[in-house]
Amino acid sequence: MQQQTEENKRKLIVRVCIGTGGLAAGGKEVIAAFKKAINDFCVDIDLDFTCHYQKVGCRGFCARDVLVDVVDGDKSVTYQGIKPDIAKRIVREHLIEGKPVTEWLIDDSYYAFHSKQHKILLKDCGTIDPEDIQAYINVGGYEGIKKILSGMTPDEVINEIKASGIRGRGGAGFPTGVKWDACRKAPGDRKYIVCNADEGDPGAFMDRSVIEGNPHSVIEGMMIAAYAIGSSLGYVYIRAEYPSAVERLKLAIAQAHEIGYLGNRVFGSDFSFDLRIKLGAGAFVCGEETALIASIEGERGMPRAKPPFPVHKGLWGMPTVINNVETLSNIPYIIRNGSAWYASIGTEKSRGTKVFALTGKVKNTGLIEVPMGIRLGEIIYDIGGGIIGNKQFKAVQLGGPSGGCIPHHLLDTPVTYEDIMQTGAIVGSGGMVVLDENDCMVNIAKFFLEFTQAESCGKCVPCRIGTKRLLEILDRFTKGLGKDGDIELLEKLCNDIKVTSLCGLGQTAPNPILSTLKYFREEYEAHIKEKRCPAKVCKDLLTYGILEEFCKGCGACLRACPAKAITGEKKKPHKLDSSICIKCGACFDVCKFKAVGRE
Amino acid sequence: MPKLTINGKTVDAPEGATVLEAARMAEIDIPTLCHHPKLTPFGGCRLCIVEIKGIPRPVTSCTTPVSEGMEVTTSSPQIEDLRKTVLELILSDHPNDCMVCERAGDCTLQEMAYTYGIRENKFAGERRVYEKKDGNPFIERDLEKCIMCGRCVKVCREVQGVEAIDFGYRGFKAKICTAYEKDLNCEFCGQCVSVCPTGALTGKMWSLKGRKKDVREVDTTCAYCGTGCNITLHVKGNEVVRVTSREDTLNEGWLCVKGRFGYKFINSPDRLTKPLIRRDGRFEEVSWEEAFDCIANKLTEIKAAFGADAIGGLSSARCTNEENYAFQKMIRAAVGTNNVDHCARL
Ligand SMILES: Cc1cc2nc3c(=O)[nH]c(=O)nc-3n(C[C@H](O)[C@H](O)[C@H](O)COP(=O)(O)O)c2cc1C
Ligand code: SF4
Ligand code: SF4
Ligand code: SF4
Repeated sequence: MQQQTEENKRKLIVRVCIGTGGLAAGGKEVIAAFKKAINDFCVDIDLDFTCHYQKVGCRGFCARDVLVDVVDGDKSVTYQGIKPDIAKRIVREHLIEGKPVTEWLIDDSYYAFHSKQHKILLKDCGTIDPEDIQAYINVGGYEGIKKILSGMTPDEVINEIKASGIRGRGGAGFPTGVKWDACRKAPGDRKYIVCNADEGDPGAFMDRSVIEGNPHSVIEGMMIAAYAIGSSLGYVYIRAEYPSAVERLKLAIAQAHEIGYLGNRVFGSDFSFDLRIKLGAGAFVCGEETALIASIEGERGMPRAKPPFPVHKGLWGMPTVINNVETLSNIPYIIRNGSAWYASIGTEKSRGTKVFALTGKVKNTGLIEVPMGIRLGEIIYDIGGGIIGNKQFKAVQLGGPSGGCIPHHLLDTPVTYEDIMQTGAIVGSGGMVVLDENDCMVNIAKFFLEFTQAESCGKCVPCRIGTKRLLEILDRFTKGLGKDGDIELLEKLCNDIKVTSLCGLGQTAPNPILSTLKYFREEYEAHIKEKRCPAKVCKDLLTYGILEEFCKGCGACLRACPAKAITGEKKKPHKLDSSICIKCGACFDVCKFKAVGRE
Repeated sequence: MPKLTINGKTVDAPEGATVLEAARMAEIDIPTLCHHPKLTPFGGCRLCIVEIKGIPRPVTSCTTPVSEGMEVTTSSPQIEDLRKTVLELILSDHPNDCMVCERAGDCTLQEMAYTYGIRENKFAGERRVYEKKDGNPFIERDLEKCIMCGRCVKVCREVQGVEAIDFGYRGFKAKICTAYEKDLNCEFCGQCVSVCPTGALTGKMWSLKGRKKDVREVDTTCAYCGTGCNITLHVKGNEVVRVTSREDTLNEGWLCVKGRFGYKFINSPDRLTKPLIRRDGRFEEVSWEEAFDCIANKLTEIKAAFGADAIGGLSSARCTNEENYAFQKMIRAAVGTNNVDHCARL
């Protein structure tokens, strides 16, 4: 009893991950369960300890959600895969009895997942309460803007950003300092800073996680940018499909207002700054900067020709800087720690870290932040833990619908803007999808083309009609209707679309095809010449049949077949009528004797 | 004034001009479909691409401003090949039913296809198919023929200030739409019809009345109001089958619903073409001399019996300024009263 009372004086903290992944895995329910358990036990046992809940944003390892930290004095352990019913056990065994519940503790792969990462943005993202401005201030937040307001000129800020070498994280990698400088020098009565939080790439959730986990870093980044370019009003363009990010951002803006960090004469200086949120309706093209501007202005989001560039003629015709979420949230850290610190991370031309959403066939999926220059293989095998089921790695898709697939022999490629570009892919905004031997490259290309085709704004002919024709040709391949000369036609059309399209969407839409053609041409040829899908994905190219020598006549396939294509007597080899077969694969999946063949 | 070269020829272009404008001033042709000289540049059809030294990819001449020392090439095997691909793509999503199209012979798209010799289409594929359901009285909208050049949207906004139509949907399904895709319900000025480079927009009353080659064009002045817009009557036999207006006129080719679509009265059987006098409750056709005599006698009688102020003159806003001047002169000088006005409202 005596010992317990001593223990009770410990400061105990329970942290529950409620990033998007955490919430989806039941983070809210887990919090409720902890609250209840602590409440129950406190009443019963009458313990006298303080226990906090802290809501924290995404810490990356979504595959292991819900993640819970228990901080006990200076010791901290992390649990993975926590469900509400386990909360009670953790409270009883760990919080009260001091014995961590070993079966739910994170394992070695959790450490491997983190050891090769370099977390700048995601560090605070996963540890501070995004709904409390004080939590951000406690870790040095808003020191950056204070620092520049108490003695740096806008030009000094711009030079600092230039010296850090940071390049835009929205996809194209344009040097941020150069962009700010151009805007600062452009004549205009008013200037605007716009944060691009449209994040429309399928599978990407980096920007969303940053806003949900650390919204104040984005706000501070925008303030610094505004000071540098001479703006007093900023917009965050964020898709309405991100309701919790929007809520957190609104709350963050309100809190910043409350304590005078936003509004007139910030920190008693001459600098005033306010922020507005503009909700986007979820069109991919609205991430393109001129379309984004049109959308904020209340027009249909359609790109226009550049020049004039937004830094000269942007929102409401005024000089405007548009930066990506990740770009902006890096800014406070650069100002706080100095450009030399930032420039020391990464490579000569690609500095700093990059956040990726690692998904697909790797064991450890989630949000990762890596130093630029890390090799693709390190990401996939060390951080990602390799391919699920130890299958064969086939390619990694980078840059989403504007990017491409990088094959096995290029896994040594360092993740820098130039090196990735060399492969035919792009660093892009951070989608990274790992593909294995069961992925058909024609089908992958088709997936991305379906997306770009549907998301084209329709303004220009090559993108509106051309991508549709590309999709039709790919569709023919997957159906076994490809003919000689089709690959050449596809290549020509891809190149013509790249050259003639108005905006980045059309100019990059053929990339997923061109890069798969470059590295997996034989897979395309197999579809056309042999009417065969080597990865056995394209349904129309598969035929199912029963191998009599293996068939035990158990009838499992017969019962599973929804089309009644299989007949046979018990204990005698069954027969499959391919003219009735709808190729659903149900028989293949149920047969225990590998007697169903798929070719 | 920036000096640039286009296909090796030195051209002085006004400040702020686009490469396309500079080329056209120098009588160098660049094909276009979405461009209209009176509307803001769009850059959608991509036909006007040119090569500019120092820029790695072709750019649209309609959106690129000229600058000093620019070296432009408007035609090269690569450029022509790209243009051909773009045209093939447009035509791969077009009904190609020129045989029965109102605009055949007066269609920019048809002209381009002819110039680039497009017959077979290697990109053939799905085509947009729409139900024809617009029940408005004046404008046939056959959007399967629409090439999404956006001219109609821009003219409606920039010239007419109405914004009755805009782009809708995305991707291949993108389409020019009215609000909620209801029947067009606007001013029906027909500005959109006049700028459409294809057969997507035509006058409903033009249908099967004769195409460009079948008609005689007669330039005249619109009789509806004193503005006096220049119009061109398309006459087949002795029937006016269509009204258009030339771009180089004082009204710049723009008309209102009456001028553009209100021409049916010309050939109406109800129209009066000879003077009538009512005798015993019935109208009788008479000669102009007899009608004028009748009017003069009646006016003289009334003036003698009740004085000049018992008479008033009301003329029409449809008359020209000159006609209205002559009319008030007659009422004031010949009849002797100031009771004269005209219906300024129609
Ligand atoms: C079709 C298309 C979609 C885009 N979507 C996004 C997006 O969702 N988020 C983003 O930050 N940038 C996006 N971009 C890039 C932006 O146009 C712009 O380059 C970027 O926001 C600039 O910010 P940065 O300099 O910080 O990278 C997109 C570009 C294109 C062509
Ligand atoms: S390339 Fe595509 S998205 Fe971009 S302007 Fe053209 S049609 Fe629109
Ligand atoms: S008729 Fe006139 S008002 Fe109506 S849509 Fe066309 S341009 Fe607009
Ligand atoms: S209807 Fe005619 S003017 Fe309007 S976008 Fe279509 S083709 Fe162009």
